[in-house]
Amino acid sequence: MGSTRLYSKGRILGHKRAKRNTRPNTTLVQIEGVANKEDAQFYLGKRVAYVYRAKRKIEGSNVRVIWGRVTRSHGNNGVVKSKFKSNIPPHAFGASVRVMLYPSNI
Amino acid sequence: MDVEATLWMMHAPRPNHLKKAAPPADSALTKEKEVKGEKNGGKRVVPVQKAPRFYPAEDIALPKKSRKNPKPTTLRTSITPGTVLILLAGRFRGKRVVFLKQLASGLLLVTGPYKINGVPLRRVNQAYVIATSTKLDLGDFAIDAKIDDSYFVKAASKGKSSAEEEFFAEGKPKEKEAFPESKAADQKTVDSAIIAAVKKTEFLSKYLSASWGLSKGQFPHQLTF
Repeated sequence: MGSTRLYSKGRILGHKRAKRNTRPNTTLVQIEGVANKEDAQFYLGKRVAYVYRAKRKIEGSNVRVIWGRVTRSHGNNGVVKSKFKSNIPPHAFGASVRVMLYPSNI
Repeated sequence: MDVEATLWMMHAPRPNHLKKAAPPADSALTKEKEVKGEKNGGKRVVPVQKAPRFYPAEDIALPKKSRKNPKPTTLRTSITPGTVLILLAGRFRGKRVVFLKQLASGLLLVTGPYKINGVPLRRVNQAYVIATSTKLDLGDFAIDAKIDDSYFVKAASKGKSSAEEEFFAEGKPKEKEAFPESKAADQKTVDSAIIAAVKKTEFLSKYLSASWGLSKGQFPHQLTF
């Protein structure tokens, strides 16, 4: 069976922050394979999903999602800032995130 | 009350319910009613619509009419009739599908064809689609004008069932309505033309029946579609 993945893989690096103050409403995401600012432009506006599991079932499923969007690039090396519907909790730093291919402009 | 305030109130727009609606051509403003009882005159002229019993203390301001008018959605230049599209979300995500035309609402009309990959005539939003460079030559093929946005609108649900009926029906499999014959026929006519075009290119029907997905080492920003 061929691949069915319709999203790019990414990692949550942390909240947007300075040395001593954090801004939890924006998170930094590292997208696999993206190494510079120009490549990151492709992903701007794309929807992002932080998918996780929990013990309690809601509407029959253990799987939960926090949706967000890639908002802008961060720095020169392809890291990207994104905002989610509700802030990403710190225990998710280092977790995987799905960067969807929509809204598409190709 | 000072003069300025009264002047302002005179120029303010009257509240909606006080404005007289244009009287409908046929019905009269007043009608005659018979009054029974000994002391009454017998007939009385009575207004059809009674004046409201309550007026607000001050005139209410009307919201301004918006001057924003939505423009029709522009179709991406990469999408032309016969282009193979990849669906990115929804029930048929990952499927390669043939673009037919853009409907008036801006949505794209698309078909599998149904025999090849199970995608029926369907509407799809441009933002949830990747246009590939693979194009089918549809020639003179034109979609029947009856296939437009209203063709896809869900039929109004049949009457409300009482709470009891719903309670007993819970848990039992819902009866499915058979797919309407006319829609199946429309699908066949459209698909026969498309499949004829598909057969001209070698492997194209296998291409359309296969799904698309990202594999290891493939990054969308580096791919050309």
